[in-house]
Amino acid sequence: MGDRLGGSADDYVAGILRGDRRSIARAISAVENETATGRAILRNIQRHLGRAQLIGITGAPGAGKSTLVSALIGEFLGRGRSVGVVAVDPSSPFSGGAILGDRIRMERHSLAERTFIRSLATRGHSGGLSRAVVAVVDVLDAAGFDLIIVETVGVGQSEVEIAEIADTRIVVCPPGLGDDVQAIKAGILEIADILVVSKADLPLADKTELDLRFMLSVRDPSARQPAIVRVSSVASIGITELADSIDARRDLGVGKRGIGSRARMRRLFAQEAANLLRRRMTSIESPALDALCDAVACGDIDHEQASLQAMRLVMEGCR
Amino acid sequence: MSTAQRRIRVLMGKPGLCGHDRGIVLVVMALRDAGMEVIYSGRHNSPESLVEVAIQEDVDVLGVSILAGGHLGLCERLAKLLRERNAQDIVLLAGGFIPPEDIPKLKAFGVREVFRDGAKLEDIVQFIEQVAGERAAA
Repeated sequence: MGDRLGGSADDYVAGILRGDRRSIARAISAVENETATGRAILRNIQRHLGRAQLIGITGAPGAGKSTLVSALIGEFLGRGRSVGVVAVDPSSPFSGGAILGDRIRMERHSLAERTFIRSLATRGHSGGLSRAVVAVVDVLDAAGFDLIIVETVGVGQSEVEIAEIADTRIVVCPPGLGDDVQAIKAGILEIADILVVSKADLPLADKTELDLRFMLSVRDPSARQPAIVRVSSVASIGITELADSIDARRDLGVGKRGIGSRARMRRLFAQEAANLLRRRMTSIESPALDALCDAVACGDIDHEQASLQAMRLVMEGCR
Repeated sequence: MSTAQRRIRVLMGKPGLCGHDRGIVLVVMALRDAGMEVIYSGRHNSPESLVEVAIQEDVDVLGVSILAGGHLGLCERLAKLLRERNAQDIVLLAGGFIPPEDIPKLKAFGVREVFRDGAKLEDIVQFIEQVAGERAAA
């Protein structure tokens, strides 16, 4: 599709590396829509990647994520860093449409030159949501943003998957959502590098912090210990400490996209392979797969063996 | 093998000081229900900020709702900024309390269509689907 910008992958890549905002925006659409141009752009920017520090922020709806992101943008711009943001919101399972409203809280930065904010809906990306997010992050990384923040609603597998790709994972825990048991249930202690107690100006924040500290204290002592930071974005409490904590991880060498990239790549492969397999296995016409289903129902074969066989069948069918 | 569906992207916002947002929220929900991805930027946006956001979000359509009488100045500025940023391909729509005699002026500025109070949601949806379709084909 030839548009005013030329529309070829090379033009987009040149524009991205120049930091041209229209090129960045259009390239993001191309990679998100998985067009041929989008795939070519992604291949051509791969060797320009690895400079950005990638931060994942997740938490329940209303936890204060967007407001916190806005405060962090201000803090890091003040530290001379440029900031890219990918704000993920759910698509409606009924219409496929989405209302993307995270930007409202970041309005004051929309004109900042060293900031680029993009909203992303969770729509059925064929390679899985995390691949789409990684692709968008790649474009922002190639465009030279020092820090890239991915914000997701923390309610489900895809958010945990996104957390897996970030260098620094922040879980936002607002006060008043429940007791200590909620903290174990959500599994948030496992994915967080930094736990943020948000809305720290509210009285219940003390209790939330206490609950989190208690839950951490009774865990296996060899497990990774996340930092706990109290933050009030509106009262400007704790933002400096949180930014310091993020910087400290970068200085330790764990905060750069390039580090541990093979392990991360494998996790991405695993997610994408699982997605591909699921799609094909549920849609392919195959008497052999049907026979396998019957065999399990009759007790002739157990689930694990059947799954392995099904995987083999689907793989062979792909060739 | 591209299965990701391209979706119509729309930025909806309220420029200026007008705070009446019932109408725009209704339109936002109708567009979502029609399968579009709607970036809602809330109230009190500057035209500069709306145009920058429209570019960053790579939207097909920028829709503004104005009920307090500033539509002529605000829309003129929005259209001018879109041209200055070489983004006049983004379709500019206006809605709200807009006197019929102002519609030709708005269209002369570069507003593609005006939906006054009383406009039907399905007409707005249909119009956006049509212009986004033309844009994708271009």
